[in-house]
Order: sequence, then structure tokens, then C-alpha cells
Amino acid sequence: MRSWSTRSPAPGASPEPRGGGLGGGRLRLLQARARLALRSFRSGMAVFLESRLGLLSLLTIGVFALMAVAHPILMGTVWDADTYDPVTGYAFDATEQPAPPSWKHPLGTDPLGRDVLSQLLSSTRSEFALGITAALVTVTIATTVGAVSAYYGGLVDSFFMRFADLVIALPSISLLIVLSALFDLSLFYLALVIGVLGGFGGTAIVLKSQALSIKVKPFIEAARMAGGGQFQIIFVHIVPNLLPLSLLYMMFTVTSAIFAEAVLSFLGLLDIRMSWGIMIHTANAGGYLLSGTKYWWLVFPAGASITLLCSAFYLAGRALDEVVNPRLSRRDG
Amino acid sequence: MQGDGETVRTPDQPLVDVDGLVKLFPIAGNVFRKPSGFVHAVDGVSFRIERGESLGLVGESGCGKTTVGKLLVKLLEPTSGSIAFRFTDAGGADIPGGRVDPSTLKGRQLRDFRRQVQLIFQDPYESMNPRRTIYDTIAEPVSVQGIGSALDRVDRVAEILSLVGLTPPSAFLFRYPHELSGGQRQRVAIARALILEPSLVVADEPTSMLDVSSRTGIMSLMQELASGLGVAYLYITHDLAVARYMCDRIAVMYMGKIVEMAETEELLRNPLHPYTRALLSAVPVPDPGHHRPPPAISGEVTAPVDPPARCRFYDRCPLATRSCETSPHPPVEEKARGHVVACYEA
Repeated sequence: MRSWSTRSPAPGASPEPRGGGLGGGRLRLLQARARLALRSFRSGMAVFLESRLGLLSLLTIGVFALMAVAHPILMGTVWDADTYDPVTGYAFDATEQPAPPSWKHPLGTDPLGRDVLSQLLSSTRSEFALGITAALVTVTIATTVGAVSAYYGGLVDSFFMRFADLVIALPSISLLIVLSALFDLSLFYLALVIGVLGGFGGTAIVLKSQALSIKVKPFIEAARMAGGGQFQIIFVHIVPNLLPLSLLYMMFTVTSAIFAEAVLSFLGLLDIRMSWGIMIHTANAGGYLLSGTKYWWLVFPAGASITLLCSAFYLAGRALDEVVNPRLSRRDG
Repeated sequence: MQGDGETVRTPDQPLVDVDGLVKLFPIAGNVFRKPSGFVHAVDGVSFRIERGESLGLVGESGCGKTTVGKLLVKLLEPTSGSIAFRFTDAGGADIPGGRVDPSTLKGRQLRDFRRQVQLIFQDPYESMNPRRTIYDTIAEPVSVQGIGSALDRVDRVAEILSLVGLTPPSAFLFRYPHELSGGQRQRVAIARALILEPSLVVADEPTSMLDVSSRTGIMSLMQELASGLGVAYLYITHDLAVARYMCDRIAVMYMGKIVEMAETEELLRNPLHPYTRALLSAVPVPDPGHHRPPPAISGEVTAPVDPPARCRFYDRCPLATRSCETSPHPPVEEKARGHVVACYEA
């Protein structure tokens, strides 16, 4: 009977169909995996969309994504750069600045004569880039830190957890203000800083507690029995089981990153060409912020965009929670 | 088959030789406080398992039988005592590095050791990563050990799936554990343990979490595979009927000690230790008219926290005498051929 493994590995050598016809090659293996991934994506999506929040948030994010795509297209076709550039353009057609909405400028112009709609659309792209970069950095750090400190425990754990306490205790907005005073904070570095703060802070603690409950499962012992080392156990067994929760915290990080950017831009502390926060900052610098609803187009579009996109990502996280967290899900996992 | 006569196994060269194995777990001990006591989970256990033999380890919950299993596969480190493995090739000849003391193993050697000794877990629901497919689960030992190419592995996994009765393999390869029944999962667990062709499999109550209907299937599968692949089992169970079906020899454990060990039929026909007798009298009889005599022993098994030096069974023993109270735990004595008991009065 020991012969089953000593048999010649030449494919098709044995008379019976090997592996029930699965000896077809690497392509088959990949195909099977792709099918599985697609299936789990579909079933997850079904639960996600079942909640109204999920659908609503996804639609909102979709609209903003369209806005981000629309700007370069409009600039390339109907908008000429001299008039519509979000930073250097000037609306020569308007008699006074800021000009109220018109057919040529659907959201009017700002105190410096620049088209508000163009500013709004061009900012969307950088908001997405900022949010997603920060979220990816956070999740990568937090998942690794959580899994590693849960697996090793002891000193490693103490170090990362005390560091997390320290990061949480730091008032992040004030820290960002100090940092932006010291360095030229571009969008990318801002995303990095927000990501690192989130990754070593609260998210790491949450993911570590989840990793602890995974670490004591018998399948971790089974992996040790297979001969798996630390790397195999952490990155093949613990991390994949953390990923759903990581994804959830990724959504929340997007929200906090966009929000932090808005605050810093409003304070004029960032080295960014254009953003929703800078739009409000410009209105404020011209003294239009407190003039009530008379110059609404200077503040309202940017403010609403910040609120909507932040809450859309937050609600997407909440809906994702329902997919990820079996206790909240109404169907059998 | 065998080229030279030297390779015939002798009683002096068992597959595993466990001698005086002790495992103490400290209670409430941490960096700052000294432990307030020790649980003597395994306290001086010695036994041998021959090649291809299956030894049953029987006892109540908490008697330390699972700990013995985990010590044997090096999921736990013993406090003291020794374990000696002697691995050979299929013909019985020594292989290089075949004499192994698991407590000294690290890295590469430990990984080689894992090829020889495998564990089947009690709980088929928790012992598989829910996010990995059956293929990933079964192929993990092979891929971690770096045996064969990815494509060979698919064939190999498919082959072993049909060997454990999950046919057609293509219907199971790319499923997730939660899509399988308990019995099917335990078959997957058996496949995972056997894919490396180990010499010894420690089976930790592999049928206790299963429906009665799927138990016999799993047990006869394990027996078939044992005789087919020449695997030795340490079969841990609390069920004497299961042990009788599965095992060549049975060792009865009580509070971290082996109190009696003999060939299966000898032990069941002629139990010498009062605890073994009590266990036997507790085996259910499939007869509604059967009137069970009151158990010969009273009380419950207590946690073995720093137990007194006398016989572990003293508090519950119907045969206990004065001298039992003052004497240390009885040594293991051979009362009949291959039948050892640890009792002064037996």
C-alpha cells in the first residue's frame, strides 16, 4: 500500500484518471482558485449589498469615483486650461469675483476667480489617493504588528502594545500640525504619517486581540505538526484570518485620513495644490466663510463632499462589518 | 524482501521508547510571582510502541492522556523524562539520523521529525484553517516539507483523498472545511496526517466528536490504513470499546500515571487494577434489561495539583489498606506476561 507515493510521477502513466481528471496542470489549479475567489467575493458582496447602508455607501463612493475620472476628461475636451485650471485658471468672463453659479461656471468661481466645480472635481482624485494610501499603510502595519505580537507574546508584545498606547495618547491633529510646521507635508507624506499613526495605534491593538483568538485554535497546532515555521504560521494561517477585520479598519482609516487632510488644509498647513480643505481655506481667507449663505458655493460643495465621502467610507465599513462578523450576520457563515 | 538479516526488529528496538515522562504545569505563575503549585499532568509515564503496533491510552478526562500525546509529537516539552524514537525505512533498516530524541530537535531536524510523527486532532471543526481549501490543508505538510512540485501535489492529494474514502477527489479538493460533514472532515484530518507517510500517528480521540454513525467508518478506515501503510498508532480515547476495536495493547491512565498495561484481550478479560475494573464495569451494555451493579469506586477524579506521595488512586480505591496510605505510589510490576500493574493489592 505504501506504493501510492512511490509510483512514477509521470502524468497519465497510471490507467485510472489521476486525481479525478485534475492532473490538467498549473492552469487548472489557478482556475480553481480564481473560481473560489470569485465565489467568495460574490457571496460577500451579496451580504454587503443586502444592507441598505452598504448599497448607499457604494453608490456614493461610485459617484465620487466618477467625479475623479471626469476632471481630466473635461479638461481635455470642453474646459480650456486658462479659464478652468483649478489653481492657475481665471474666469475672465465674470465681472466680479467670486461669481455666483452660471452656465459657464455651474458652481460659480472662488475669490481668486477660479472655477469651483473644476476645483471640486480635481480634488476628488487626490482625496481618494490620500485615503487609500493611508488605509493601505495602516492595514499593512497593523496586521503585521497584530499578528506578530500575538504570536510571539512576551517582550515583543509588550513593546508593540506600549508603543500603541503611546501613539493613541498622542493627539494626532496637533502632532500633524507640528509636523507640517517642521516639514513640507505633501499629500503622500501626509498619507504616510496618518497611515503609520493608525497602523501602530488602535488598529494594531484590535487586530492583535483578534490574532490572539486565532493563535490558540487547533489549526495552528496542526500547522506546527505539518512542520510549518513561524513565517508559515503568521502569514499563512494568522494573517489571512485577520484580513476581513483589517479590511474593515481600512475603511475607517480612509475616513479619518480624509478628515485629517481637510482640517490641516483648512489651517493652511499642507503643501498641496488643491483639495476640499484648501477650497474652504480660500473662502475663509477672503472673509467669505462667515457671511452666511450669500456665498454658499464657496463652502457648501467642498464641505458636503468631505462629509459625504467620509460617511460613505464609514458606512461601507459598517456594512462590511456585517459580512465579516458572523455574529452580526443574519445568515449562516 | 529483506536483503540482510540484521534489520529484523527486536523487542529491544521499539519505534518509541518513553521513559519516566513528566510534565508539570505551573499554576498562576508569571514573571513576577512564583507558581502557587504544579499540576502533575503526566507523572512518570513509561511505555513502548513497536513498529506498526497500536497502543491505546485510556482514561478519564483530565488524566493526562492528551498531554502524553502532545509530548510525544513535540507540541509540548517534557519537564523531565526521555522519549526515544527509532525510525527505519519500509524494510526495517535503520535510516541515517533515525534515532531521535525529540527534545533536542530544532529547525531542519524538527521538520524531518514531523515527517515521521503526526497527530490527528480531536476536533475536526477547529483543526482546519477555515480560510483554506481541503487541498491546501492536506497539501500543507508536503509543501512545507518541500516535497514534489505543485502539480505533483495535486495528484498526491487527490490520491490520498480517494484512499481515505472521499471520492471523487475532484469534488472535495477545492472545498472549504465548513462545506464538509464532521466525518468527512475527520477523513481529511487523517489524510493530512498520513500524506507524509509517518511511522507513528498519535490519534487524540479522533472519533469522540463524531456521530455514532460515522465513528465506525473512521475507525475501520484508520485500521485499514494502519495495516496498509504500516503506521503505528498511539490511540488516545476514553472509550474502552473503541480501544478494544482499535488497539493491540491498552494502557490505562489515572491522574498522570499508567496504572495498568496489557494486551487488549488480556486486559479486558483479566483486569487487575481496581480502576481498570471500575472502567470496565462502566462500559454500556446494549440490553435494556441489564441491571448495572453499583460502581465499585466512589468520588471523582481530582485535579492532580501537587498530589501526596501515596498511591494516586488511594482516595477512591475499594482495596486500599493501611500500608497503601503510608507507602509511595506503587511501582509498575509485571504480574503476567506483558501485563503490568501499579497496585500493591492486585
